[in-house]
Amino acid sequence: MKRLTARLLLTPAMTTLFVWMIIPLAMTIYFSFLRYNLLEPGAHPFAGFENYHYFFTDDAFIPAVQNTLILLFSVMCITVVVGIALALLINEPFPGRAIVRVLLISPFFVMPAVNALMWKNMMMNPIYGLFAQISHFFGFGAIDWLSEYPLFSIILMIAWQWLPFACLIFMTALQSMDREQLEAARMDGANYLQQLRYLYIPHLGRSIAVVIMIEMIFLLSVFAEIFTTTGGGPGFETTNVAFLIFRQALASFDVGVASAGGLFAVLLANIAAIFFIRLIGKNLDK
Amino acid sequence: MKLIAKSALCVSLFAAAATFTLNASAVDLVVATVNNGHMIEMAKLGKFFEQANPDIKLKWVTLEEAVLRQRVTTDIATGSGQFDVMTIGMYEAPIWGKKDWLVELKPDAAYDVDDLLPSIRAGLSVGGKLFAAPFYGESSMIMYRSDLVKKAGMTIEDHPTWNHIREVAAKINDPAHGVYGICLRGKPGWGDNMAFMTTMANSFGGQLFDMKWKPQFTSEPWKKAVNFYVDLLKNYGPPGSSSNSFNEILALFNQGKCGIWIDATIAASFISDPKQSKVADKVAFAQSPVAVTERGANWLWAWSLAIPKSSKHVDAAQKFIRWATSKEYIALVAKETGWSNVPTGTRKSTYANPEFQKVAKFAAAEQKAIYSADPTHSTLLPSPYVGVQFAAIPEFQSIGATTGQQLSAALLGKESVDKALEISQQAADREMRRGGYYK
Repeated sequence: MKRLTARLLLTPAMTTLFVWMIIPLAMTIYFSFLRYNLLEPGAHPFAGFENYHYFFTDDAFIPAVQNTLILLFSVMCITVVVGIALALLINEPFPGRAIVRVLLISPFFVMPAVNALMWKNMMMNPIYGLFAQISHFFGFGAIDWLSEYPLFSIILMIAWQWLPFACLIFMTALQSMDREQLEAARMDGANYLQQLRYLYIPHLGRSIAVVIMIEMIFLLSVFAEIFTTTGGGPGFETTNVAFLIFRQALASFDVGVASAGGLFAVLLANIAAIFFIRLIGKNLDK
Repeated sequence: MKLIAKSALCVSLFAAAATFTLNASAVDLVVATVNNGHMIEMAKLGKFFEQANPDIKLKWVTLEEAVLRQRVTTDIATGSGQFDVMTIGMYEAPIWGKKDWLVELKPDAAYDVDDLLPSIRAGLSVGGKLFAAPFYGESSMIMYRSDLVKKAGMTIEDHPTWNHIREVAAKINDPAHGVYGICLRGKPGWGDNMAFMTTMANSFGGQLFDMKWKPQFTSEPWKKAVNFYVDLLKNYGPPGSSSNSFNEILALFNQGKCGIWIDATIAASFISDPKQSKVADKVAFAQSPVAVTERGANWLWAWSLAIPKSSKHVDAAQKFIRWATSKEYIALVAKETGWSNVPTGTRKSTYANPEFQKVAKFAAAEQKAIYSADPTHSTLLPSPYVGVQFAAIPEFQSIGATTGQQLSAALLGKESVDKALEISQQAADREMRRGGYYK
């Protein structure tokens, strides 16, 4: 009886959620089989798999998949490794720790487009940017970061934005560590690296899993940073799957091809999710 | 005393109700526009229109060029009716007019439609019907620092050869002192680097499509033009050229960092304005460079105001467009900010105005450039499309965007020019086949 009541109470929420997800998905599938260009009003004839063919044979397709995966793995690695290092650092008592913590976390509250504009104009601009000024000060030529190292620059600015999130999660996890166990390890003569290997990292396992899962959802759909800074270029060097879909939808106004791309993105996200759940899921089961 | 208080209360309530009723009946006219200087001025001066038309309230949506294009195209294609007045260009106006997406503009006699420059008016009309009114028009021309060119012992005449431009750029290039020989658009986009590059390729004898609609990016003129462009900017351009478009170069030029700039004529009023430009008294103008032909060497464009069919306030929108593109508006700008800052390239009367001629030393060069651009005969060989720096077909946006990206990669040396043009050719060929132009 209790179970039935619970199911009845959950039904409205579940139905709403289902409709919320199923309608856009169904429309995307439907549009992906139509010849549907916004600039060609009127009938939208059935196109079979033509849109899929055009999306998968686009010159930008392979680079876009590669860039998406490089971006995903790079930002995850940077945020997890540097995030743990910073969390360990600010977990130790030192004067001004509270201020440092606030400063460290603040980038997470900056909107992605603002973050990108800040990096583009204030840091990486080859004439006025801070990096160029520093480079000139030491007598070197300026580097046009977004043109010469575009994907690296995008990874840098996204990692900068996501680092506070990872750091915050790790810091919270570190605060729940058993102090007595740490003390015992020290008394037994474990050095810092050994403590890190056998105590800190295993303790942070679940937090690492959470960080990777949440970041993956967002990193697969990175868009604002690319749109604001490089526009997917030069060439296809910073075009990722999300940007490629955007280009089809709003540069070519081809809803059909963009929908086919959208379905591919859903598939890619699911494959990545299954991969990560298998890889790190056991940490969550503990 | 009580009576006075009661009366005062009644009067206040009545006044409040009247104000509310008035506001409730006011039309909110949503105007989508681009974030260029003249449009920002229009938004500021909008208060004069509102004062003259208390029943209309203007709401501005000011966007960067590429974003504006995406927003207005989506809005008009889906008929969502977000905007009552849209800022569109000479690319969109004929395509959308033909599709019956725009309301025909019917200016009254006082508007003096015959005063509009013929080439601009023709580019905004379909079948003799005007579908967009030009707010400002432009061609492209050479703008340069006369002091630097003189110091180098050189001159720049009208229509110099591209080789001569390279020689001058080489002589005045002085990166150690923050002065670069030449600044050209490099930011990818069909309205950015592609607009410039197409005019350059035209002057080398190239075209976007041949008479069978086959893309021509791998033709000799395009290869020669792009190689020349890449070589020129790499050697004598500022760092970060691949990110520079109109606004970025305008800022560089005004700071005195560019020796030569070939871009929209509308820049002339900004770089000659001492309030904005450090080099206002040192600028000079000449007609665009050529390689083998003058035809299509300078573009033609007009940012214009149009009303989408989905607008619910067509009459108010007509009224606003009549005001913003009228002779009176130009006089208003002159009164508020001076004659050198008026939007140009739209009306014959502006160029005929002695006060404008007195302050705008760029006027003659600008007018000559606009008059010489012919969108119907823009290439040395016959072309099937209308437009100088674009082809007025829906497929061109995508083709221009992809090619712009490839040119940017070639400029950075990430790809060879040949490879970049080959990829562009393939992408364009796909689009044209898909569009049914050929099999």
